[in-house]
Amino acid sequence: MRRIVPAIFMAAAAAAFAQQSNTVQEIEKYRAALGDGNPAELWEARGEAIWKEKRGPKNASLEQCDLGLGAGVVKGAYTVLPKYFKDSDKVEDLESRLVTCMVTLQGFTPEQAKKDPFGGPGKKVAMDALVAYITAESRGMKMSVAATHPKEIEAYELGRKMFFFRGGPHDFACATCHGVDNQRIRLQDLPNLTKQEDARKAYTSWPAYRVSQGEVRSFQWRLYDCFRQQRFPELEFVSPASIALTMYLAKNSNGGTFNAPSIKR
Amino acid sequence: MADPMKIRANMVGDKVEVKVLMSHEMETGQRKDAKGATIPAWFIQNVTATHNGKTVLSAEWGPAVAKNPFLSFRFAGGKPGDKVAITWTDNKGDKRTDEATIAA
Repeated sequence: MRRIVPAIFMAAAAAAFAQQSNTVQEIEKYRAALGDGNPAELWEARGEAIWKEKRGPKNASLEQCDLGLGAGVVKGAYTVLPKYFKDSDKVEDLESRLVTCMVTLQGFTPEQAKKDPFGGPGKKVAMDALVAYITAESRGMKMSVAATHPKEIEAYELGRKMFFFRGGPHDFACATCHGVDNQRIRLQDLPNLTKQEDARKAYTSWPAYRVSQGEVRSFQWRLYDCFRQQRFPELEFVSPASIALTMYLAKNSNGGTFNAPSIKR
Repeated sequence: MADPMKIRANMVGDKVEVKVLMSHEMETGQRKDAKGATIPAWFIQNVTATHNGKTVLSAEWGPAVAKNPFLSFRFAGGKPGDKVAITWTDNKGDKRTDEATIAA
């Protein structure tokens, strides 16, 4: 009788595994069905209009903003970010670069430019729309973050340290969830971001329209919310820490084909 | 003023396939805000699609339709270059019409 027990147990485990991979397939079907009418396109259209609109005290558009490939070049710009910019003497990701351009070109104060980083119920913000528009212009292109300038290397190393740094009331690190294979939160598969394949798949799928929130969420938001979920201190919008972590994750996705704004549950 | 719709119209065989994304909150009237007050209902009630001025689809929607709705349908009799116009009206009387040209 005793011998049967492990056999039954194994059968149950196999059944549970089959059910789980079945669930993953079903979620993939759900994503494919949603992908056809991704509302992120509404953000992209709005973002393009805001990019070209004359705004701020200087009544200027953002069209002359240098996103990394030269003034006014939007196509493919997201694939080289974050990068070091001479004019601001900083490593910047897309969101912080937009803040810089809003200050230098349009005459906003940094506080004004950073005031509304994320949209919410009944609140449409320019930042989400701009991010959706600019990232969409890199769809189908390969990620190629240089990370060769000393300040870029510094940011990458800082980001790597942060990724593995344990802290907070839960003694958590990013790596606690994202440094192991086959982890899940409820039914969501968590990518192992220390592996190139997973890092590519994850990074190239943000920003995304979150169906559960009805909003396009940027990569800055993704990190902000990961910090909240770890019960870390609030990650300040476009802070050097947020850019360093983005640098680490973006560089690890090099070679992956950018495919966002995507749609997620 | 509501944001523009995103409309795509393509020939699929001898039919025209229209795909529309609308920007709308679609509040059900069942939800409460952080203070516990009911968020008033606000949703698209009527949708009509016209092809060269002739109605090819007319729909009555309710609060069960999700935020930022996506509508896809096919109709017969269209050809590349024709115009397809979509109009929605919500329960607050706000209205929006956008137009697209049928692609080959």
